[in-house]
Amino acid sequence: MQITGSMARPAAARIPWLAIGAWGALAILVLIAYMRAPQATTAVLTSTIRQSTPIILGALAGIMCERSGVINIGIEGMMLISAFLGFLFNVWTGDLLLATLGALLIGAVVGAFHALMAITLKVDQIIAGTVINILAVGTTGYFYQQGLTTRGKLTPVSIPFLADIPVIGPVFFSNPPITYASLILIIVIHVLLFRTAWGLRTRAVGEHPAAADTVGIAVNRVRYINVIIGGMLAGLAGAFLTLESVGSFERNMTNGRGFVSLAVMIFGKWTPFGAWGGSLLFGFANALQSQIQFLKNQLPPWLAWIGDLPPQFIGMLPYVLTIAVLAGFVGRARPPAAIGKVYEKE
Amino acid sequence: MERAESQSPPRMDRRIQIWGMARAAIVPIASVVVALVIGAAIIALSGANPLVAYSALFEGGLGSGRAFSRTLEKATPLIFGGLAVSLAFKCGLFNIGAQGQLLLGAVFAAFIGFSLQGLPSALHIPLALLVGALLGALWAAIAGALKAFTGAHEVITTIMLNFVAFNLTDWLADGPWKDRTPGNIVARTPAVAPEARLPDIAGAPLGIILAVLAAIAVWWLIWRTTIGFELRTVGQNASAAKYAGISVRRMTVLAMVASGFLAGLGGAVETLGVVGRFQPGFNVGLGFNAITIALLARTNPVAVIPASLLIGMMQAGASRMQFNSGVASEIIDVILALILFFVAADSIIRRVLRLRAEEGERVTLSSGWGS
Repeated sequence: MQITGSMARPAAARIPWLAIGAWGALAILVLIAYMRAPQATTAVLTSTIRQSTPIILGALAGIMCERSGVINIGIEGMMLISAFLGFLFNVWTGDLLLATLGALLIGAVVGAFHALMAITLKVDQIIAGTVINILAVGTTGYFYQQGLTTRGKLTPVSIPFLADIPVIGPVFFSNPPITYASLILIIVIHVLLFRTAWGLRTRAVGEHPAAADTVGIAVNRVRYINVIIGGMLAGLAGAFLTLESVGSFERNMTNGRGFVSLAVMIFGKWTPFGAWGGSLLFGFANALQSQIQFLKNQLPPWLAWIGDLPPQFIGMLPYVLTIAVLAGFVGRARPPAAIGKVYEKE
Repeated sequence: MERAESQSPPRMDRRIQIWGMARAAIVPIASVVVALVIGAAIIALSGANPLVAYSALFEGGLGSGRAFSRTLEKATPLIFGGLAVSLAFKCGLFNIGAQGQLLLGAVFAAFIGFSLQGLPSALHIPLALLVGALLGALWAAIAGALKAFTGAHEVITTIMLNFVAFNLTDWLADGPWKDRTPGNIVARTPAVAPEARLPDIAGAPLGIILAVLAAIAVWWLIWRTTIGFELRTVGQNASAAKYAGISVRRMTVLAMVASGFLAGLGGAVETLGVVGRFQPGFNVGLGFNAITIALLARTNPVAVIPASLLIGMMQAGASRMQFNSGVASEIIDVILALILFFVAADSIIRRVLRLRAEEGERVTLSSGWGS
């Protein structure tokens, strides 16, 4: 139990000096890198955005669930099932929009299943998530047949004029649709949570369900809807994998991204923009990992050791950082107070 | 402190005790049956014959001496994992990190196994097992200490530590400890010395013997020692434990260390007994199966053995099933997920069977992130 001073001031209202400083430093670094190696830098940054897309979508899914007081470690499984069925819809219909909507629908169904377990059946919420994860690996593996041919994937859409700006243009304004959607959703979820009545209700239910109940909020209904929305966000992340990034399905293709999303959610202290920062960091680590071979020769001598670092060390960086954040070494992460607890009327 | 006898009166009527044990087994058994029935429906739905599939599964797991030894082989790491998760549950901790602890144990056992040459088995085997187990314990201790001293929730830290462990062991097997024999291009360590391989004792692999001994040891630790009593008290009510003068922090770290020790030992046993070296991608999915086993066994260390044998049998028979009936082996994962679902959502089974949940029968699990 950690009732600290942060109770008095909501996390969203504080000025995150540390974050501003870190991002400023990063911006300067990027500028230096761009002057030295423009193409490689742009490649890394573009890859960062793409790699972070499923992570931020997963993290938004987690935020919606956990802000309303429901733990969701089944994001990984939700992504995997949606990715699989989204791909199947694409194979059957050949329509990418329909397939994406299908993935969203599947995400909603799996979200509803999680809500059923966590809220109605009162299953331990971590176990409910584990059920979804194992079920996802099993069912997708079982029903997957080799040789299903892909029918195309979502391609980048350049926004006129904006896409021509150096660095920022190719990185932000020349993306495929789900990546754009994820960027917009960050803002939408932020506004939803902190500027609307629904958001207030969600947070009330997540912090103090009994108090929310006394003012007439239907606690479990709010939770159900938020978990289902969370499922849809995870479904979109799944759609990103099969319909935008890879173009086809592979067994176990989520490869831990759902868990990284959870990490990123905590890293961002359960706020959409904070989580975005975390997912960019993760995307950057991944992009660096895949581009390090090309970057190696362009690093200045005093940074040459980065190029010699085993890729696995860069790979573990986001996880180590998450542990550091969770442990309070880098600011305190305080979860919603009523998280994981089933609400029962007195 | 007196020995813990708060759970059951010392001289309870034997019949009632047996009836109680049987009652506790009803929900897990019913869960397995229902999961198998739903699994059969899925198999039928995909156009195969479930009876053919299940009989092949059974045959592949128990049909012959070789099949049974394969079942034992599969069950061994599951027992260790199930014990690791069960023990942590007793202290109110949810160890999702058995996977990472197992990996660390496996890679270090492999290291001791291949780096030392010419040691007698009587020294080499215990040393490799101990180092593996200790590394697993150390890995879990990180999560335990973070929980005890900073409040960082063990579910997230153990998941994160799993990924760090994947990367770390991957690097060890692809870098400093890579098998440099000519012709090898994959990431793996050299084979362990023959002296470090686990022998069979009286026809049974040493690994399964160790697993059974570990189960008995955990049972003894939990129910017959002061530490076990304190552990359970913390698990049931941390603030009451604090008022009784038990150090919750110490118990948290201790439970994780013991849990990681078991998982690490499981990895070491698997490496020295079955694989013979470390390879990345080793025993993927064990961490989650261990959770299923712990819940199927209702966190009872002795019940972990039959639960692991059941799941080990399914895993051992899966390839025979795939060969004979064309049913993909992934159906096992589906069945395991269904078992976990029905065991965890026991209100469904209870309603159908008209069983009332009895006091003290509920398994205490972890709490949310917040506490």
